Amino acid sequence: MVTLQSSRSVQSSQAAMARLGWVFADAWTIAVRDLQHWRQQPGIVIFNWVFPILIVLMFGLLFGGAIVVPEGTSYFEFLMPGMFAVTMLFGLETTMMAVTTDAAKGVTDRFRSMPMSASAVVLGRCIADMLNSIVGLVILAVTGLVLGWRWHGSVGAAFAAFGLLLLLRFALLWVGIFMGLNAKGPESVATIQVLVWPVSFLSNVFVDPATMPAWLGAIAQWNPLSVTSSAARTLFENAGTSWAAENAVLLAILMPLVITAVFLPLSVRKFRHLNQ
Amino acid sequence: MNSRTSAVLASGVRKQYAGGAEGAGLNGFDLEVGAGTVCGLLGPNGAGKTTAIKILATLLALDAGQARVAGFNVVTEAALVRQHIGLVGQYAAIDEILTCRQNLMLFGRLNHLSGRNARQRADHLLEQFDLVAAANTPASKLSGGMRRRLDLAVSLIVSPQVLFVDEPTTGLDPAGRLEVWAAIRTLVREGTTVLLTTQYLEEADQLADRISMLKAGRVIAEGTPDDLKSTFGTNWLDIVVDGVADIDAAKAILQPFAAGELHIDAESRRISIPVQDRIRALTGVTTAFEDAQIALEDLSLRRPTLDEVFLHLNSSVPTNRQPEVA
Ligand SMILES: Nc1ncnc2c1ncn2[C@@H]1O[C@H](COP(=O)(O)OP(=O)(O)OP(=O)(O)O)[C@@H](O)[C@H]1O
Ligand SMILES: [Mg+2]
Repeated sequence: MVTLQSSRSVQSSQAAMARLGWVFADAWTIAVRDLQHWRQQPGIVIFNWVFPILIVLMFGLLFGGAIVVPEGTSYFEFLMPGMFAVTMLFGLETTMMAVTTDAAKGVTDRFRSMPMSASAVVLGRCIADMLNSIVGLVILAVTGLVLGWRWHGSVGAAFAAFGLLLLLRFALLWVGIFMGLNAKGPESVATIQVLVWPVSFLSNVFVDPATMPAWLGAIAQWNPLSVTSSAARTLFENAGTSWAAENAVLLAILMPLVITAVFLPLSVRKFRHLNQ
Repeated sequence: MNSRTSAVLASGVRKQYAGGAEGAGLNGFDLEVGAGTVCGLLGPNGAGKTTAIKILATLLALDAGQARVAGFNVVTEAALVRQHIGLVGQYAAIDEILTCRQNLMLFGRLNHLSGRNARQRADHLLEQFDLVAAANTPASKLSGGMRRRLDLAVSLIVSPQVLFVDEPTTGLDPAGRLEVWAAIRTLVREGTTVLLTTQYLEEADQLADRISMLKAGRVIAEGTPDDLKSTFGTNWLDIVVDGVADIDAAKAILQPFAAGELHIDAESRRISIPVQDRIRALTGVTTAFEDAQIALEDLSLRRPTLDEVFLHLNSSVPTNRQPEVA
């Protein structure tokens, strides 16, 4: 009896392991599909990677001189960590676009009619989009370094900053999936592409909220973009003393986790209710 | 029959779309498809064909009733159902950015074929569906018919036990249509059960063992194509007389054989009569014209078509009429 039961439980745990193995294998297949998309349409991907550089040049060279920055730092040093965070926000469009396009083209339905777990679809999306954002981050960081941006802290702290930026991207992934599943079609993504701008401007990315009207500044301070930017500035030591927001790092860990805790279950729920 | 011999079994399935029009969807949908057979689901636009297919393919939840596919409940055993089905939706569901080969490889891998098997299968399907020349073309650049063929090929990467095809040949040219028919016949020979919807009644006639006519979310008639034709269709006898002067005499001769009203087209000198017993009418009319010494230019018997059955059922039959085919 005992051996029988234990062998059965071994069998079922083996089956569970095999299932889990397939989730990762399928997720990788789906992620590779995105990499194939990059190769088929290099123009779009490269533009998305280069676009933040254009913004950096525009703000850094054109507007930078006119913008008041906190004591003890240059506008360029102030801007770069914020631009990293904005780049993570731009990733939201990529995610949303991919999710709506798949739904509109029936690819999501094909996945759903196959013996493949829904987690694999989502995990594949996650891997592909995180890879995309990592490449984008590296390109922007290298450009920054070429243009004279430096981190002044330890290498470890710099990696921690990049880690926090990717954590924000991870949180926004779920927002993107949720909005993508709810979107009427790829056209709706255009709305988000516009909305990204007020969200970016209403933060500490481009200007110091201290220069805004008090109530607007308060809102800007609590923008997740601001939180992560502040944390990155702290860790890169790109901010003057007045800018070392005390709890920035802690907040930059908590806020993306809260966003994930809200939007991950919402996305899963929406995915499950696609059959309504 | 029971669930062991039926590959698809639906009874009393209801589906009302949230926010959809009253009565749209399915209203007590019953269907039984024997294992290894082809069932054609026919009905006008909006009858609920796609809704039925989506429910059976586990893409859509049903509100009431029961449905089993390959012996598994579509609600409680959806994951098992998915292991046994293939779906070709009404609109092509392929990755537009990937090439034909990449699409086949992607879905091959997701069906858990090894890299080598997926490649072999892709090559084979490219060949079978005449897509070799387009193998490295992105799907977005294919013509509508090629895209449809790719869609079908992708659905056949692993031979499913039950295949659902929603309007497989809409938009295909005659050659493309024949290819798709051939592919479906091959599958059926290998034991796959096929449930297909179509707007082309000839297609149902060619492929389906049994046909279910759907109207307003219910099956209003069911049977083999021949059953349906003989129950709901009419045989017509057409004659063409040599001279216009003979038309009146011909009318008098034909009247006793007619099972309904005569149709006369004076210009082409053609008279058509509905007949019940085809052979008796044919021989009777021939003899009568010989006796009367009226020369005929043409004499032919027209069998009922499914189109006729379709139009008949969709115009005159009340939706609660029960199937009346033995
Ligand atoms: N997502 C939806 N929301 C609301 N109503 C819907 C939805 N999908 C279909 N319907 C309605 O349900 C009915 C059946 O639609 P269905 O797509 O099943 O018809 P069909 O027989 O496949 O038609 P066609 O031949 O045009 O493809 C129609 O009246 C349609 O308007
Ligand atoms: Mg349809």
